[in-house]
Amino acid sequence: MMMMCKEATRLMSLKQDRSLTFQERISLRLHLSMCGACRECNRQFDLLHEAGEKFVPAHDPDRKEGPEKKGDPDKKDDPENDDDGR
Amino acid sequence: MNDKEDRLQRLTAVRPRLVSFALMHLRDRSQAEDAVQEAMMSAIEKNESFAGRSGYETWVFGILKYKILDTMRVQKRHGRWQPLEDEDDDDAIDRQFQQNGRWLESARPSSWGEPEATFENEHFWQVFDACMIALPDNAARVFSLRELMGLSTEDICRELDIKENNCWVILHRARLRLRACIEKGWLKGETA
Repeated sequence: MMMMCKEATRLMSLKQDRSLTFQERISLRLHLSMCGACRECNRQFDLLHEAGEKFVPAHDPDRKEGPEKKGDPDKKDDPENDDDGR
Repeated sequence: MNDKEDRLQRLTAVRPRLVSFALMHLRDRSQAEDAVQEAMMSAIEKNESFAGRSGYETWVFGILKYKILDTMRVQKRHGRWQPLEDEDDDDAIDRQFQQNGRWLESARPSSWGEPEATFENEHFWQVFDACMIALPDNAARVFSLRELMGLSTEDICRELDIKENNCWVILHRARLRLRACIEKGWLKGETA
């Protein structure tokens, strides 16, 4: 029995919260290989997850200009560019 | 050198984001502002215990997280929440799928472009913010704890006293709602 999009989104959501079982992974992958809309949805869920991480600043207080845009790439010794997570 | 002055400035600069972060979890503006106020006060008091300038904002967010969890516990204890199991939110799913489980034409997801470019766009964050506010309260709380605070669903269930399965159902609906809302506001320019 072929999995439908609605069920596929349930697995896409679930994989953000726990590892999928082998069976779940296979059915999701199979569905995604055939369904462009679900591939977009999958990317959107990934993006929402990443957005959550970006919301809390790592070291740049202004999210509009990432550290790569300003400053001198040679300034490797600047301790401000050291980001060891939280 | 004046470290203290610098940090006060950084606190002031990051305050709006602290407030919107707290608001997403607490769903109550005055309580969100109180939590931020308290977090800023303890950041100032505990100034000495922060080592190194990089990640100062992250450190302050860390303090705020504890304040938010405290406030949430009080909200819950005072019965200010709808029961988490009861939030009737099948709409989130029904509105996007046909009966046979395929996407409705009107809800089919389209591309949001490159994530890096999306994250650099201020408008995306405005839409994200508005869509978080538009979520049903419990969906927003669980989603915020999971994706903004970064708790595991196991921890969330312990905190909120719900079954993990319930948590996954709530998160699934929250993500579907958010994606639909953001797609409308972000790609089509409609306000949520």
